[in-house]
Amino acid sequence: MKTPNLFVAGLLATTMMTAPALAANHPVTGEALADDQTFTYRVLDEHSSVDPQVVEDVTGSEIVRDLFEGLFNQDADGNLVPGVALSYEVNDAKDVFTFKLRDDAKWSNGDPVTAGDFVYGWQRLIDPELASPYSWFGELMSIENAAAILAGEKPVTDLGAVAIDDHTLEVKLTSSLPYFPLMTTHASTFPAPKSVIEAHGDDWTKPENIVSNGAYVLTEHLPNERSVRERNAMYWDNDNTIIEKVVALVINDENVALTRYLAGELDRTEVPAGQFPKLKTEHPDEAVSFPRLCSYYYTINLTDTTPEALKDQRVRQALSLAVDRDIIVDKVLAGGQTAAYTFTPEATAGFNIPAIDVASMTQAERDAKAKELMAEAGYTDGLDLELIYNTSESHKKVAVAISQMWKTKLGVNVELANQEWKVFLETRGNQDYQVARAGWCGDYNEASTFLDLMQTGSGYNDAKYSNAKVDELLGQAKTAADPQPLYTMVEEIIADEMPIIPIYHYAGVFMLDTDLGNWPVNNVEQNWYSKDLYKKAE
Amino acid sequence: MLNYVIRRLAVAIPTLLILIITCFILMKIAPGGPFTSERPLPPQVLANIEAKYGLDKPQWLQLVDYVKNIVLHFDFGPSFKFKDRDVNDIIAQGLPISLTYGFLSFVVAAVCGIALGVTAAIRHNTWIDYFAVSLGIAAQALPNFIMGPILILTFTLYLGWLPGGGWNGGQWPYLIMPVIALSTSFIGSISRLTRSSMLEVMNSNFIRTAKAKGLSTSTILWRHAMKPTMLPVISYLGPVFVYVLTGSVFVDLYFSTGGLGQSYVGSALNRDYSVLLGVTILYGSLTVIVNLLTDLAYAWFDPKIRF
Amino acid sequence: MFGNKLENMDLAAEVNELSNAQGRSLWRDARERFVANKAAMACVAVLGMIVAFTIIGPFFAEWSNEEIDWDRMGAIADEGAPSFENGHFFGLDDLGRDMYSRVIQATTTSLLVGLIGAFMALVVGTLYGISAGLIGGRVDAIMMRIVDILLAIPSVLVIILLLVIAGKSFFMLFIALGAVSWLTMARIVRGQTLTLKNREYIEAARAAGVSEFTIMYRHILPNMLGVIIVYASLLVPDMILAESFISFLGLGISEPHTSLGRLIAEGAGTMAYGTLWQLAFPLFFYVTIIITMFFIGDGLRDALDPKDR
Repeated sequence: MKTPNLFVAGLLATTMMTAPALAANHPVTGEALADDQTFTYRVLDEHSSVDPQVVEDVTGSEIVRDLFEGLFNQDADGNLVPGVALSYEVNDAKDVFTFKLRDDAKWSNGDPVTAGDFVYGWQRLIDPELASPYSWFGELMSIENAAAILAGEKPVTDLGAVAIDDHTLEVKLTSSLPYFPLMTTHASTFPAPKSVIEAHGDDWTKPENIVSNGAYVLTEHLPNERSVRERNAMYWDNDNTIIEKVVALVINDENVALTRYLAGELDRTEVPAGQFPKLKTEHPDEAVSFPRLCSYYYTINLTDTTPEALKDQRVRQALSLAVDRDIIVDKVLAGGQTAAYTFTPEATAGFNIPAIDVASMTQAERDAKAKELMAEAGYTDGLDLELIYNTSESHKKVAVAISQMWKTKLGVNVELANQEWKVFLETRGNQDYQVARAGWCGDYNEASTFLDLMQTGSGYNDAKYSNAKVDELLGQAKTAADPQPLYTMVEEIIADEMPIIPIYHYAGVFMLDTDLGNWPVNNVEQNWYSKDLYKKAE
Repeated sequence: MLNYVIRRLAVAIPTLLILIITCFILMKIAPGGPFTSERPLPPQVLANIEAKYGLDKPQWLQLVDYVKNIVLHFDFGPSFKFKDRDVNDIIAQGLPISLTYGFLSFVVAAVCGIALGVTAAIRHNTWIDYFAVSLGIAAQALPNFIMGPILILTFTLYLGWLPGGGWNGGQWPYLIMPVIALSTSFIGSISRLTRSSMLEVMNSNFIRTAKAKGLSTSTILWRHAMKPTMLPVISYLGPVFVYVLTGSVFVDLYFSTGGLGQSYVGSALNRDYSVLLGVTILYGSLTVIVNLLTDLAYAWFDPKIRF
Repeated sequence: MFGNKLENMDLAAEVNELSNAQGRSLWRDARERFVANKAAMACVAVLGMIVAFTIIGPFFAEWSNEEIDWDRMGAIADEGAPSFENGHFFGLDDLGRDMYSRVIQATTTSLLVGLIGAFMALVVGTLYGISAGLIGGRVDAIMMRIVDILLAIPSVLVIILLLVIAGKSFFMLFIALGAVSWLTMARIVRGQTLTLKNREYIEAARAAGVSEFTIMYRHILPNMLGVIIVYASLLVPDMILAESFISFLGLGISEPHTSLGRLIAEGAGTMAYGTLWQLAFPLFFYVTIIITMFFIGDGLRDALDPKDR
């Protein structure tokens, strides 16, 4: 980290003189490593918690993945690699999993990490007394008795996760779940240090108390300013960890963050909407963009509170056709996002994009078709609609651009209303809207993480879309040997009925310092681990 | 005097109580709650959380419990959003930071503003006066939040002299930009106020008498004119002091200082009820105390006032 | 921003003391003094020009405030600079909309916010203050206690909560701004009412059987007008400043409408990216309006306060 602070610069100079670091090379790539192995990155907001069972935000999960280690980790491409578990066995019915844990894993206080620590962590997760906002994840994992414990009907000790011995963990599920091990990379499934939690209570996550089993330990936390984690000497793979210190700086304003990045204070920051092309020209090696497993879309209210026009499928199709997605991704956002004609991103593992006519038409053809459909539906004189979005600079830009497209092409007058976040959620969740902005990021790398939202009863189905055929196909997909063709069929139905208007698929758009090695750009879920990174010598 | 102070403080207690109730009601009317999120929580999970924080109880009981915990245990409750910390932690951590840069900004604004105003008044209708007036008006007319990005671009990116943000225990390089950003507009308003107040005093009969007696300019200025000049300024400085502490959200946002302003605005937007109430009570008490101090200071400057 | 209240209150109180003593010729004297004040008159002229610009300006606009220039969108830093050739006299905003039309619209909004916000505060504050002062006794004590309590609530909180609760309409913005600024007005007016209501001529009117309402309307209100005008004129820039702070928090009015505060906040965000005109034009109008308002306010105060010269 380059810092203009003269004091710090002087301090660094003296340390270097008195204790010259040995010039090291990366064990695999052979690149020369920097003497100062500190990774500094920007976060938008203060994290909610570093308690693995309580954390609910992305920022916090990033920290928790460094501090704690679960059964499995992800590699740079998102594949499962052993963490505390070495391997697992599964029965034929795929509802009993047995994990074999490594015997050299230790907590930062030197205690061994045992299967019991996992059982304790998972019990905590669904314990009504802790009331974790992520306790539904325990239910989602389908562990035996989880639902009953959550409802307070059974004691936590009845949970279907048992420590057979210190290094064997057995999990009983209520139904067959072939991808269960994938879920163990999630922060809420990480182990918890019972003795420490019992000794310190709610204060156990404070830097002076916390004990963790990951590659790093939390050493400093100044809320709304920074949090610092440093190498954990007790970590089983400590010898292969290169980054010494990770600093997360809370910088609320993305433009200020970029300024500070350019001044050399940060190794990584987000690129503000629209600035990517310019930065790419000026800093070709630093500006990076890669696909993310997220969709940006407009959801249309289909309940009785909606205007008559939106109940007409042709109007919805026309609205979708008139959205020039290329302008949105190339000119408004300009950060490598891709135009979306389906809900599920193409980057999703195994997913085959259906052949949708709309995607292959030119925009002029789409506009002509849109006008035709509007005329057919009887709205030649235009239409008044209301579009809500939550307050944010980039949502605003997209909404303004789309409202202008609708106005000029279809004569649809759009009243824009930006709402404060919580008000927005309440309005959208109560179907008190006509068209609303929405976004969804996949929980795991499979199409159902998106398409399940289109199910009749889904709590996230803000359009209140309901189609028996879709429900049936998604039901079949749960047990099908190859669900991919079913997902493609669902997308085709959605493209026809248009309960939502897909707009674009997200991209991770970052400025990454060229010194920083091994950033997992291919991990679409962006689950990154500081222990896999390194700083190259300049 | 002591009686007066005690009476004022006694009145503060019902004031604060009504403040709590007003805030509580406003807060509860606002749509959305602390646990409204993009992914709605399953009913069972929500029920567990609400039970944990006592939000399942009737509203009036929540209020009574809240006040009781403050009075009996000085406990402002847990934060609903930042689950590793409670309100006492948040205030204990943020208040010293806000106080440090707020107090420094206040001192800078008062010293520079009064000096500028007095200089302008003494050199009335000269180019110094015009320059000081223009400077003051410009400082006051600029929206103070644009100071953040301008300072960071200048001092961090172009000149490379100062770190672009953070607090680092309040070392001076980290303090300079927040203090400049926060004090600028008040330097403007204080200088304008001081100038007009001083001009008025200098025109008054007792100063004319002093001049006629042949007293030196500096004696007139320091012995006679200064105290009455300060009267309106003092009453203005009170609200300024409260403002630099409560209205400093843009400083926290741009300079990542970790002060209370950001926690406060954030808690309103997150519906983090307990933090919002806790900080409101803090700010309310601060206002009461500062108003009292202002009145006492006023009495010191104006011998006509007796309690 | 919100700290100016006491300053203004003091100035206003001072004015009243004198204006009461002056008698009937006050208004003509005041007008003459104001007209003789060159700085204030110049500012009235400049403000008049700005108002005229917001009325006449749209006739020269080649783009509306919401139209997007699709050809130039996406290359604003290179092609969006102010130009007479393409009709974007003030350049383009980040999304390719015409800054000329947007600045005009924003200036209108900000002036309206300033005037209507100040007017709201004036009406509510005056009514409340006069009522408290006239009724007196216990009611007065309670009413003033309420004002004290409301003054202790940080205005940031009131604004945020009001905007959140009631959604964001233009109307709510005025309510929110009025809600935080009528309090000081109420205190001043009540103070004035108390001093006025025991004057001989009021006693005389009362003895002659004039109703309380008429007394208030015919005798008390006209005598306080000087104070009220001065205070309200000082409130206008305060309102505009407060609106810009609300915009900074992202809680202002909805697109495609905009205000100077919002344009400045947007322009300040992008000023490092070679689009300085996005900040310069709204800032120019904003600063000009605030400065002229300051001078006009000062001029009014001086005009109504003969001692100062």
